[in-house]
Amino acid sequence: MNDIVTSIEEALGAVGLPEGLRPIGAFLVILLCVYAVFLVPLWIAVRRRWVARSTAAFWCFISPWVFGFLFFTVGPMVYSLVLSFYSWDLISDPVFVGGDNYVRAAQDPKVYRAIQVTLTYAVVSVPLGVIISLAVALLLNLRVAGINVFRTVWYLPSLVTGVALVVLFLWVFNPNYGLINGVLAVLGIDGPAWFADPNWALPAVVIMSLWTVGGNMVIYLAGLQDVPTELYEAAHLDGASTMRRFWHITLPQMSPVIFFGAITGLIAAMQTFTQGYIVTQSGGGPNDSLLFFVLYLYNNAFKFFQMGYASALAWILLVMILLITVLVFRGSAFWVYYESTNAKARKRARK
Amino acid sequence: MPDEILETTIASKEPEARRSRRRRGGPTEASPASKAIAFVVLVGGSFLFAYPFLWMIATSLRTRQGVAEGGITIWPVQWEWSNYLDGLSSFPFWQYLGNTLLATLLPVLFTVLASSAVGFAFARIPAPGSGIIFAIVLATMLLPGEVTLVPQFILFRELDMMDSLYPIILPAAFGSPFFIFLFRQFYLRLPQSLADAAMIDGAGWFRTWWSIYLPLSQPIIVAAAVLQFMTSWNNFLAPAIYVNTERWKTFPLALAGFSNANSTDTSLLMATSIVVVLPCILVFFFAQKHIVGGISFTGTK
Repeated sequence: MNDIVTSIEEALGAVGLPEGLRPIGAFLVILLCVYAVFLVPLWIAVRRRWVARSTAAFWCFISPWVFGFLFFTVGPMVYSLVLSFYSWDLISDPVFVGGDNYVRAAQDPKVYRAIQVTLTYAVVSVPLGVIISLAVALLLNLRVAGINVFRTVWYLPSLVTGVALVVLFLWVFNPNYGLINGVLAVLGIDGPAWFADPNWALPAVVIMSLWTVGGNMVIYLAGLQDVPTELYEAAHLDGASTMRRFWHITLPQMSPVIFFGAITGLIAAMQTFTQGYIVTQSGGGPNDSLLFFVLYLYNNAFKFFQMGYASALAWILLVMILLITVLVFRGSAFWVYYESTNAKARKRARK
Repeated sequence: MPDEILETTIASKEPEARRSRRRRGGPTEASPASKAIAFVVLVGGSFLFAYPFLWMIATSLRTRQGVAEGGITIWPVQWEWSNYLDGLSSFPFWQYLGNTLLATLLPVLFTVLASSAVGFAFARIPAPGSGIIFAIVLATMLLPGEVTLVPQFILFRELDMMDSLYPIILPAAFGSPFFIFLFRQFYLRLPQSLADAAMIDGAGWFRTWWSIYLPLSQPIIVAAAVLQFMTSWNNFLAPAIYVNTERWKTFPLALAGFSNANSTDTSLLMATSIVVVLPCILVFFFAQKHIVGGISFTGTK
């Protein structure tokens, strides 16, 4: 493939395209070729009335997604599955090693450590985040003075994301001058060394994630405002207490939103990378306490250049995430309430 | 099933479509006593949430000595505005800004256009298999991007795109499943008569989308653009993999390097962080108005 790209680039260079734009030029040429392969048969099919014009239009409209899906999702996934059975350092030729990469992963204590760190983080931070954002949303749904100011204040931290967030919290958790240990000192508690302490590094990352619950809070707030008022009115007439109204109306009505928050939160938590990378300067931290799975994958691929092993790790991560997703989806049948499915069932019953 | 979950979650973004169907609950009424308690909790909580932020700003304006003496207080501040100048001049600020804008605005532009077109097709163009393909689109939302990390790296190496912004821009330029979903839902709620009228007037599918549906979906355009802006602006993983020279570094990458190199000079670091975060906050406040303002307009009466 590289040869084709190089020759296209040379051709583009001969036409006078500046060097920096040649790779994208070559990419666009390839893109156009793919489109031609895709459009010409479609055009012939429309001409001969094998397919309806609207079907052809449909495929043209969704072609950007199809292209992205094939080139940046399915293609790379298949490639990485194949690569996971090879050993490759990017320089010499790939060597087929069968299932060795997976056997090696099963024997690699760092893999277990990474799974442990990642799962612990996901299992602790996601439920905590859901509970706190729901509680905050309930508070911010009250009709009190200055509610819009409160909403903005609680939401703002979630705009501080990525590297800036980690940089701020490196300072907040600074053992000597940091905010947390400063407050603890006022209370007469000798705070831990947080990121430098293997036992406290992960809790610190969890606390950091809780500061940005505002993003989810907005979704829950929207969900709360979508609960039909007549349900509350009816319950109020029947003399239901605040607690019972929360338990029997708010929570069931909110369950799809909570479910959505939980599942996206879990998937995102399994992919945590930036925190571990910046806090530990990609090393993994004391006793590998912040060796998130994706960080270990990154290190294997782009620090140790073990592309085959990293691909095997990626597939292990994929299978783990799919398993967790399936488990949560299965479990959701017991606690998630869908108004629409219920309505359908009722209609069916009436017939 | 994911369809319904998302539906509920996104409902808030197009309240006008729902309002007609059923009266929904606004802010809850509560007794004065519990309101007072709630108010106290709100004030306390807001203080807790705002404090690290205020402390970050205070630290960014202190002298070195002020940082050591200041501790956990946010007062006094020495108003050392030169921290900002020093922090920003310690790296090629304008160049990084240009890189970050390129790596942010191009994905925003392309992904919004592509997602809108794809969403339109799913909502309005009848075709066999449309439902199944839409299910595949939704399913890809559950796939972790990390699986494609290594093969994409190899792909971009083959495409001769190492150490450039292309690998950061391209994967985000072909539409995102979540935005496709948002656009589809929005277009489904616009009356079918819009498309029919346009087709009767002789517009093709493209004109119907480009001149009627796309301009009408302004609230979703803004929402998708803001979300993509936040994601791309803060993207760290991709630049960390692909960019290794000064020429193409983006802000997150620069800030990460800066925090390693200058971890002792906290006030400079905080000043730089604030500058990096500021555009996100500005975009949020700007967009908030537009999303709310754009919702009440649907095109037909």
